Amino acid sequence: MSVLLIAEHNNKELKAFTLNAVTAASQIDGDVHALIIGNSCGDAAKAASELPLVKKVITVDAPHYENFIAENFAPVIIKLAESYSHIVCSANTFGKNLMPRVAAKLDTSQISDITKVESADTFVRPIYAGNAFATVKSSDPKKCVTIRPTSFEACASSGGSAPVENIDADEEFSLTKFVNREEIKSDRPELGTARVVVSGGRGMQNGDNFKLITAVADKLNAAIGASRAAVDAGYISNDHQVGQTGKVVVPDLYIAVGISGAIQHLAGMKESKVIVAINKDGEAPIFSVADYGLEADLFEALPQFLEELNKLNTIQK
Amino acid sequence: MKILVAVKRVIDYNVQIRVKEDGSGIVTENVKMSTNPPDDNAIEEAVKIKEAGKATEVIAITVGEEKSQETVRKALAVGADRGIHVKADGIIEPLAVSKILQKIVEKEKPDLVFMGKQAIDDDCNQTGQMLSALLDWPQATFASKINVEEGKLKVTREIDEGLETIEINTPAIVTCDLRLNEPRYASLPNIMKAKKKPIEQLIASDLGVDINPRVQQIKVEEPPQRKAGIKVASVAELVQKLKNEAKVI
Ligand SMILES: Cc1cc2nc3c(=O)[nH]c(=O)nc-3n(C[C@H](O)[C@H](O)[C@H](O)COP(=O)(O)OP(=O)(O)OC[C@H]3O[C@@H](n4cnc5c(N)ncnc54)[C@H](O)[C@@H]3O)c2cc1C
Ligand SMILES: Nc1ncnc2c1ncn2[C@@H]1O[C@H](COP(=O)(O)O)[C@@H](O)[C@H]1O
Repeated sequence: MSVLLIAEHNNKELKAFTLNAVTAASQIDGDVHALIIGNSCGDAAKAASELPLVKKVITVDAPHYENFIAENFAPVIIKLAESYSHIVCSANTFGKNLMPRVAAKLDTSQISDITKVESADTFVRPIYAGNAFATVKSSDPKKCVTIRPTSFEACASSGGSAPVENIDADEEFSLTKFVNREEIKSDRPELGTARVVVSGGRGMQNGDNFKLITAVADKLNAAIGASRAAVDAGYISNDHQVGQTGKVVVPDLYIAVGISGAIQHLAGMKESKVIVAINKDGEAPIFSVADYGLEADLFEALPQFLEELNKLNTIQK
Repeated sequence: MKILVAVKRVIDYNVQIRVKEDGSGIVTENVKMSTNPPDDNAIEEAVKIKEAGKATEVIAITVGEEKSQETVRKALAVGADRGIHVKADGIIEPLAVSKILQKIVEKEKPDLVFMGKQAIDDDCNQTGQMLSALLDWPQATFASKINVEEGKLKVTREIDEGLETIEINTPAIVTCDLRLNEPRYASLPNIMKAKKKPIEQLIASDLGVDINPRVQQIKVEEPPQRKAGIKVASVAELVQKLKNEAKVI
C-alpha cells in the first residue's frame, strides 16, 4: 500500500524539512502521496506536486486550517488513512503535536523520531537522548511514523508533476482557538538546516554578550544555537535551543561556546560533522566530543576568532 | 476544579545510561530513578493552581511496576492530595498508558490532565496527545505558560518557530515544558505528611485495556562513539585547522 506524507508548510511554501520527510517516506514505499492541509495553500500544494518522489498530492483548504491546530488536522488524516499503510510526518513540533492524535484514533502504536528505515515495519530510533538506538518492529497493521529530518537527505524539489486532488474540509473543532504566534524572523539560515551553527551557553553570562556570537555567525553565514541554560536564563529565545528537548542539528561545523556539554545538549548536536568547543574549563565534557577544543576565556577568544576570520579574507558561503 | 497529573518513573536524568551487553535493553539494576523531569513541572503547576484557589484537588497518577509508587509519593510530598498507582510490568507503550489514563479520567472526571511533554527514557512525546484524542478533548502541548480562566485556559506553547498562544476549553490536556515553572523541593515535614496521604492501587489488567506491546524492540545499541579530537593552543591555530584540515570554513 501507499504512504501518506503529511507535509509541513506555512500555507505558501513547504517547510524545508518536508523534503527530508519525503525521502524517508519513499524509503518505506515508493508510492508516496503528500497531504497538504491549510488555508489558501495552493502554492504549497503546487510545490509538493513538483517533488519527483511524490506520486499524488491531496489538498484540503479551509480557513480553520490556517494555524495547524492538531484537533482540526487529525480528522482529515484519519479519514484518509484507510487507503494507506503508513502515515509519515517530520518529528518537529508540528508533527510531534499532531501524529499521536492520529495514531491513537487509529489504535496504532506510533514510532517516533526514526533515524533509519530498515524495512516497511522496522525502524531505528534514538532513546535516552540518543545515548542508545533501538531497532523496533511494529506489528500494527497501520503505522504512524515520525522521522528525524536531519537523518535523511532532502529530496529533489523540482522536476515532478504529480496530480493534485482537492478534498472536502471537515468541521472545525471549536474547543481550541488559536490566539497568536510570536515567530522570531531572521535573515539567518535556519537552525535545523544551516551548514554552520554557532551556539552559546550559560558561559555567555547575559543576552547582550550574545552579540559576540552574532558577529562570528554573521561572518560564517551561520545559524545561532543555544543551550537550555542560556534560554532559561533569558539570554536568547527558545527557538534557538539545541538538544534533547530542543532542536537536533547536524551541521558541517558546530561551534559550542561556553557550553559544558551535558548529555541533553549533546543529544542535539553530536552528529555534527566537525565540532569545535571553546570553554575555559579544560575538563568540560564538551571536549570529549570536540574535534577541536580551545581551552580559553570566550570573552578573549571570540573577538580573536572574528579577527582571524576577517584575516582569511575569503568570501564565506 | 480537579487536576489529574501523570507522572512517570524514569532513570534519573543525570545518569549516564548503559546498554546491556546482549543488546536487549538498558541496564536499570542499581541505577538511580526519579520522576521524569517535565512531570515535576506538571505537578508544580497543578499545585500552584490549587494554591491560587482555582483548583480543589490534585491527583497524581502513575502506571508502572511496584516501585513506581515512589514517584506518586514524591508528588504527594510536593502538594498533590492523593495518588493512584496502576500496576503494570514491562514496557507500557504510550498508547497503552493513554488508554489506562482514559479509564481513570472517565472515573475521576478531572477538569484538567497535566502531563510531561516527553519521557526522557523512551523520548516518545505521545501520551498526552493520544489521551486527548481518545477523549476528544483539546490539547495544549509543550506548555511554557498557563493562565487559568473561567472554563478555559490560555496556554503559551513552545514551537520550533518561537512561541504560540492558544485558548482551550476545559476539560483539556496540557503537556508541560521544563520552562513552565521551577519545581519546589519537598520539605522533610511534607515528606512525612505525604506518607499518610492515600495511594489507591489498581491493576492494569483489571481495567479492561489491552496493554500488550505493539512494537517489538529487536535490539538496542550504543551509538558510535565520537573520537575526542585535539586541543588547539590558540585561536589562530583553530582557524588554520578549520580552514586547511577540516575544510569547513
Ligand atoms: C529533561 C531535560 C532536558 C534537557 N534538555 C536540554 C536541551 O535540549 N538542551 C540543552 O542544552 N540542555 C538541556 N537540558 C539541560 C542540561 O542538563 C544542562 O543543564 C544545560 O545544557 C547546561 O547548559 P550550559 O552548558 O550552557 O551551562 P553550564 O553547564 O553551566 O556550562 C557553562 C559552561 O560555560 C563555561 N564558561 C563559563 N564562563 C566561561 C568563559 N568566560 N569562557 C569560556 N567558557 C566559560 C563553563 O566552564 C561551563 O562549562 C535538559 C535537562 C533536562 C533535565
Ligand atoms: N507509565 C506512565 N505513567 C504515568 N505517566 C506517564 C507514563 N508514561 C508516560 N506518561 C506521561 O506522558 C508524558 C509523555 O510521555 P511519552 O509519551 O512517553 O514521551 C510523560 O511526561 C508523563 O506525564
